[in-house]
Amino acid sequence: MKRIGVFVCHCGINIAETVDVKRVAEESMKMDGVAYAQDYIYMCSEPGQTLVREKIVEEKLDAIIIAACSPNLHESTFRAAAEEAGLNPWQCEIANIREQCSWVHSDREKATSKAIHIVATIVQKTRLNESLEPIPVSITKKALVIGGGIAGIQASLDIADSGYKVILVEKDSSIGGHMAQLSETFPTLDCSQCILTPKMVAAGKHPNIELMTYSEIEEVSGYVGNFKVKIRRKASFVDWSKCNGCGLCMEKCPAKVSSAFDRELATHGAIYVPFPQAVPNKPVIDKDSCIYFKTGKCRLCEKVCEIGAINFEQEDQFVEEEVGAIIVATGFETLPVADLAEYGAGDVPDLIDGLAFERLLSASGPTVGEVRRPSDGKVPKEIVFVQCAGSRDPERYKPYCSKICCMYTTKHALLYKHRVHDGQPYIFYIDIRTGGKGYEEFYHNAEEEENIIYLRGKVAKIFRDGDKTVVWGTDTLTGRNIEIAADLVVLATAVVPKDSTAELVKKLRIQTGPNGFLAEAHPKLRPVESINSGFFLAGAAQGPKDIPETVAQASGAACKVISLFSRDHLEQDPAVAWVDEDLCGSCRICISVCPYDAREYDEEKEIVIVNEALCEGCGSCVAACACGATQQRNLSDSQIKSMVTASLGGV
Amino acid sequence: MSENMGLAPPKNPPIRLTLEIVNTGFKQRVNELSGQNMDACYQCGNCSSGCPLAQEMDILPNRVIRLVQLGQNDDIINSETIWICASCFQCTVRCPKGIDIQAVMDALRQIAMDEGIDHFGPDQIDPELAASVPQPGLVGVYRKLAT
Repeated sequence: MKRIGVFVCHCGINIAETVDVKRVAEESMKMDGVAYAQDYIYMCSEPGQTLVREKIVEEKLDAIIIAACSPNLHESTFRAAAEEAGLNPWQCEIANIREQCSWVHSDREKATSKAIHIVATIVQKTRLNESLEPIPVSITKKALVIGGGIAGIQASLDIADSGYKVILVEKDSSIGGHMAQLSETFPTLDCSQCILTPKMVAAGKHPNIELMTYSEIEEVSGYVGNFKVKIRRKASFVDWSKCNGCGLCMEKCPAKVSSAFDRELATHGAIYVPFPQAVPNKPVIDKDSCIYFKTGKCRLCEKVCEIGAINFEQEDQFVEEEVGAIIVATGFETLPVADLAEYGAGDVPDLIDGLAFERLLSASGPTVGEVRRPSDGKVPKEIVFVQCAGSRDPERYKPYCSKICCMYTTKHALLYKHRVHDGQPYIFYIDIRTGGKGYEEFYHNAEEEENIIYLRGKVAKIFRDGDKTVVWGTDTLTGRNIEIAADLVVLATAVVPKDSTAELVKKLRIQTGPNGFLAEAHPKLRPVESINSGFFLAGAAQGPKDIPETVAQASGAACKVISLFSRDHLEQDPAVAWVDEDLCGSCRICISVCPYDAREYDEEKEIVIVNEALCEGCGSCVAACACGATQQRNLSDSQIKSMVTASLGGV
Repeated sequence: MSENMGLAPPKNPPIRLTLEIVNTGFKQRVNELSGQNMDACYQCGNCSSGCPLAQEMDILPNRVIRLVQLGQNDDIINSETIWICASCFQCTVRCPKGIDIQAVMDALRQIAMDEGIDHFGPDQIDPELAASVPQPGLVGVYRKLAT
């Protein structure tokens, strides 16, 4: 019989406070097959792991069980330790007595009893565990980056610089993202364009980066190291291989379309580039606004284009690519002003959001950097900035802090003062949060030297009165309500995930968290990875973050990809499904239940086989198999039966 | 905010902030007289929490500064606080932003006196008590509390 060692972790007080760990160890010793049991305060620490390794050798253990936290956290840690001591890694199992026991119970007696049952269950599994070898999988050393904002650009450049090929897919016609819309950036007030556009150019010219702008992800299949991606290259109705970017077509186009890039504060033609510094600097025709597409007449752009680049017959193209890793850097949006009923629901003319104010401040914006309000073009003498517009409001809008608003609102007020010296900015805030290098100093300078009035309180209502926009708020520091008749109001609207995120994650089969942002594998220790292997996260798609953090995360994600590509091959967990060829009746029910396309019919053998590289070991086909032909390694029917018995207190 | 419709004056009317009010010169005058920057205060409240006379004040020291920031001069020069302040310097030595709050209180007293608001006069002191107080003490008290 196997000699099994049980190692019970206190996890400081996380487990030991609720579970009598010493008793768990004592009771484990009484279980069939258990030859050794010991508790320790931090099993994952170096002394803890040393204890495990030493006892494997000293006690001649054939298998070990670590009764501790979730296997998601430290299974790989302890399997590596077991391997170091000469055990096959699949002879190491985790009994989760933290997340599934101590954290969810308070009655010490009952929790201890449950912990003993959990260990007994895992002992039953471990007794019948086979030693396995990892399945080698080849790697396509080419990365896909989805999203061409600063996160996607930085990640692409880092991967490309290390010598690997990158496909950078962007749904708009130009890369640059939100950062291209910004005026100047906190806390140093570098001009956003000046620091971003060189990177855009570098990404556009890099021999290892293939830009696919005006493109979207259609389909993704495969697995880490071997993804197949179908990309839709949307019809731009301009032959970009001919177009030299002269811009004549855009000058002549008679259509007027509200500019999304300029946050509806300006218009462009139906044929347009979003901004003059676009990369690639090639126009697209917006089919919904184009007069020719709507009425069948016009084609003015075609007439003025001397090189014949306009092509009204163009259709969406699909390309298929093979990549080994995917970085998701799809960015953010802001909560629409129209969603905020108490702030006028978008019907108050001189009430705009922060991104629109960026365009008013930007030297390349619709007012060439002069602050002029939308209703009548007047220079506002009093501006009210309203923070937490939709953020930190769990009852009505978003429960979380959008993180960037405190800093950018202070920057807005500061830049406004630099442009309109006799103007008066007011900022309503709940708390000022300036965690970041140089951020608190930036805020203090603005408060002390720039005559910006900070008012501590949430604004209750904003409405139009004549040509003024009236703000009702409070100042909890004086205990007095505040009323300001402003010329312009700027809302720091909540940072939210892009609408398209939900659809994209379905295609990629990755997860989002409760607020729709991409979910990371571990909030502290694996912040740039998705829980699904081969997918990495960068930028505000994962949660609100500013430019330095975005760039850092993008480089982190790129580094993970580079580390993946530096290996000769990958190792896939061998605890997957397998088929007893004699028993398979080829009913193919397994094919229909497999979420990973890992089951396929083998014409020659006339059975349904398992593609081990695709199989994630979820067990769906094992449960569905009518004739018991499909089994899962180290989770055989006999193992599960004895585990169920043990969990119910039987032997 | 709705106008007062023939009712008693509101107990806590809203402050209607305007460019003019916050730039009346009141804040600037306090800055000049005290040599301090009122905008440097970030309202941590340390001056109030350490003040030994805070319990006797109608407006806590941090809120006095807050009202200066918002140009609410009437509230301050009519307050008890500026006269109750004993200039003990507790607030000054504790302020994390290095604001000499005691100097601000001095400036506010001076502005109040410039406006003709006397807090204390020789006729308000009991002659018997006056006789028992050392003369420099009396002079000091008049200099601080009266025009």
